[in-house]
Amino acid sequence: MAIEININGSAHSLDVDPQMPLLWAIRDLAGLTGTKFGCGKALCGACTVHIDGQPVRSCSYPVSAAVGKQITTIEGLSEDGSHPVQEAWRQLNVPQCGYCQSGQIMTAVALLERNPNPTDADIDTAMSGNICRCGTYTRIRKAIHLAAEGQS
Amino acid sequence: MSSIDRISRREFLKRTGQAGGGIVLALSVTTACQPAAETTTPMQTSDGSSIAANVYVNIRDDGIVEIYCHRSEMGQGIRTCLPQVIADELEADWDKVKLIQALGDEKYGSQNTDGSTSIRRQFDMLRKAGASAREMLITAAAGVWQVSVDECVARDHAIHHESSGRSLGYGELVAHAADIEVPEDPVFKSPDDYKYIGKSMDNIDGLAMSTGQANYGIDTTLPNMLYASIERCPVYGGSVKSLDSTAARAVTGVIDVISMPEPTSPPFFNPLGGVAVLASNTWSAQQGRAALEIEWDLGPNAQYDSEKYREELMASCCKEGTSVLNRGDAEAGFVAAESTHSAEYYAPHLAQAPMEPPAATAQMNEDGSCDVWSCTQNPQSVQETVAGVLGIEKEQVHAYVTLLGGGFGRKSKGDFAAEAAWLARATGRPVHVTWTREDDIRHGYYHSVSAQHLKAGMDENGTVTSWLHRSAFPSIGSTFSPDSTGPGGFELGLGLVDNPYAIPNMRLETGDAKAYIRIGWLRSVCNVYHAFAVGSFVDELAHLAGEDPKDYLLALLGPARKIDPAVDGAQYGNYGQSLDTHPIDTGRIAAVLEKVADMAGWGRELAAGHGLGIAVHRSFLTTVGTVAEVSVDDSGKLRVHELWTAIDAGRVINPDRVTAQMEGAGIFGMSLTMYGEITAKNGAVVQGNFDTYPVIRMNEAPTEINVHIMDVDAPPGGVGEPGVPPVAPAIVNAYFAASGNRVRELPLRNAGLS
Repeated sequence: MAIEININGSAHSLDVDPQMPLLWAIRDLAGLTGTKFGCGKALCGACTVHIDGQPVRSCSYPVSAAVGKQITTIEGLSEDGSHPVQEAWRQLNVPQCGYCQSGQIMTAVALLERNPNPTDADIDTAMSGNICRCGTYTRIRKAIHLAAEGQS
Repeated sequence: MSSIDRISRREFLKRTGQAGGGIVLALSVTTACQPAAETTTPMQTSDGSSIAANVYVNIRDDGIVEIYCHRSEMGQGIRTCLPQVIADELEADWDKVKLIQALGDEKYGSQNTDGSTSIRRQFDMLRKAGASAREMLITAAAGVWQVSVDECVARDHAIHHESSGRSLGYGELVAHAADIEVPEDPVFKSPDDYKYIGKSMDNIDGLAMSTGQANYGIDTTLPNMLYASIERCPVYGGSVKSLDSTAARAVTGVIDVISMPEPTSPPFFNPLGGVAVLASNTWSAQQGRAALEIEWDLGPNAQYDSEKYREELMASCCKEGTSVLNRGDAEAGFVAAESTHSAEYYAPHLAQAPMEPPAATAQMNEDGSCDVWSCTQNPQSVQETVAGVLGIEKEQVHAYVTLLGGGFGRKSKGDFAAEAAWLARATGRPVHVTWTREDDIRHGYYHSVSAQHLKAGMDENGTVTSWLHRSAFPSIGSTFSPDSTGPGGFELGLGLVDNPYAIPNMRLETGDAKAYIRIGWLRSVCNVYHAFAVGSFVDELAHLAGEDPKDYLLALLGPARKIDPAVDGAQYGNYGQSLDTHPIDTGRIAAVLEKVADMAGWGRELAAGHGLGIAVHRSFLTTVGTVAEVSVDDSGKLRVHELWTAIDAGRVINPDRVTAQMEGAGIFGMSLTMYGEITAKNGAVVQGNFDTYPVIRMNEAPTEINVHIMDVDAPPGGVGEPGVPPVAPAIVNAYFAASGNRVRELPLRNAGLS
């Protein structure tokens, strides 16, 4: 059956099982591969997208639940990588392999939207669902503070 | 050093009418493979002419210098560092460099991106690639101007004739370089003149990685592509006894169910067999796979049980083994000793668990050749493995390299690429294989489980006079040979026979250990457990002697000298490089130790419940020292507050990427220290995802990982791996300092510390 969802402001009509995780609908059907698969069980955060501004693990969120809502993926964060969080990421050369960073950035953006000046403890709480196997955590903390300064 | 001369060639292409793209001379790269963003968006246009100075450098007539990155990017930064070296020697403008990811091809020499080799083994070759191109351009310009080459200099992407003020840009010189011979022996720049080497250039893929545009193995899509998910036998070496695919085929989106070829013994890098479900999308393939009804013949390894095996391994390390190094007479030393101390250390199997699980896409071509895109550390190995599985020639396999979402050794093996190739041929359609996390954790090439026995004898002054170290672990050799009975070959040089301590009587041995699952490389390999045991044991000795651990280590290192383990009968490869250029220099090791102690404020007063631990280890020709500050709370839980790391890697190309590798190694080392453990029961791996195989998360990360790069005028050592080994002993030693408890087994979670 066709399911209508809105990704990054564009309507998509997808012929999918309503139970398909949003992740695979975004990647395999909508063709947006910036959102990554890491665990399939909401354990690692690589698949984080925003649904109506809230960070959601798309690997464990049925596509049918996103109907009528605004889905934002890493591709929809900015046209050109100019979101302050993306710029901070580049300024501090946060990514190593880069694979988890879409999810890290989406979680960080959601954090800053509800808490424009987070403490280290706030960051730890918000970001602990996102695993980085390369170990970029200390730079992520700094980049979030840097983005917060840029936004304030 | 592999020679560039063998593969150097000069080639000049006439105008072909291809607009804007220039010509790729050295190899065929199709637009279907754009694994990562280009460094620039050239404004210039090319009429299609270019000159390939060698297989790494192609200069286009629009002035763009195309540099081929023949190594795989997995987070270590080689896609930034490799062009830094070439562009520097070439005097190229960084903004006019376009990076192209090379396919697998032996013309590049080794592309095996492991062993922290890219810079340490190929620095000279990369410099030569840039320098030879520079000299060709100088010769061309001198010819145009009819002046001596000595009057011409390369600077800022142009050749200049200083006395007349004339200059010609690199693009302009392409048409004049047609008949220039490739210089055999180009002159390297003076390090004083380096512009990019030694500079922290930004990550070349930073924009792509922060915008979701970076393409990994999991991201390749081809028209008409099928998505595959493969159910493999839970036990290595097992096979399908019976299969009922009726329910799987009924799942919406499922298109086919195909049995994979039987696994081989030994495993090599071949697929593990099983049953593949192919569908129109990943989810349908996974759902279909879950509906498969398979009865397995579990094969010869179904008895593998980690609890039982642990007893065997401990027994193996506690009885006389195979001698691999003898200095003086260790046994006599123990008899004469005033006191002795011995201990056993145990560390389990580990999985690499890169954030991107293995993933590959393949398609067959009408001529029988096969295109494979994969997140591989070694595209030439992919060529070999795919060719073997398909029964075609290696040259018929076009192995494209995507970005790797982490590698850590897992992606050196192309089994997943061969799965995609096999299925592409079986279906006649492009096939994309994505492993689930459970597949990755349960069907890996595991870091070896290990047991080690150490014994030291001390004289009346407390000085160590005799040393025995026996290491037992299943060998990586078992992946290639059915006869492997334990450690051997290069593994002995990873922290066992390269022992740097000044002890007059030393005996190093190995203990037998059979492998019952696939064994492979993991970031820093045997150095992980050898550094854990040796680094812990020397700390034990220091405390027994009532001495400061750092001072004790310095004394054990003895006077500054260079060590050759072969003197004491060991076979030692020094990571494939000469001891003349890359010595085991105890003076440099001591300098690193002193530096990191200084950074951490070693000896300072600490908060209650806190402790500092220190360890130093040389691996991959680089020495890293680490200090950890930890605390233990009232419930006995350990927290790592801060790490300090000093690294002597000789000359470094990009200090920021080296720093990043040390930061990452700190976290990677913490993960294996606190949590890392793969166990088998009834032959099958017990763990499956990040709930049962946890890794360090943000809330456990230290407040700071402080890194210092030693300023040493020496050839480059490795960087990707050497940061890992000292982390575990530093933390364990810090825990002892904080609590008075010694833990001799990893992970610390099993001791209730997390």
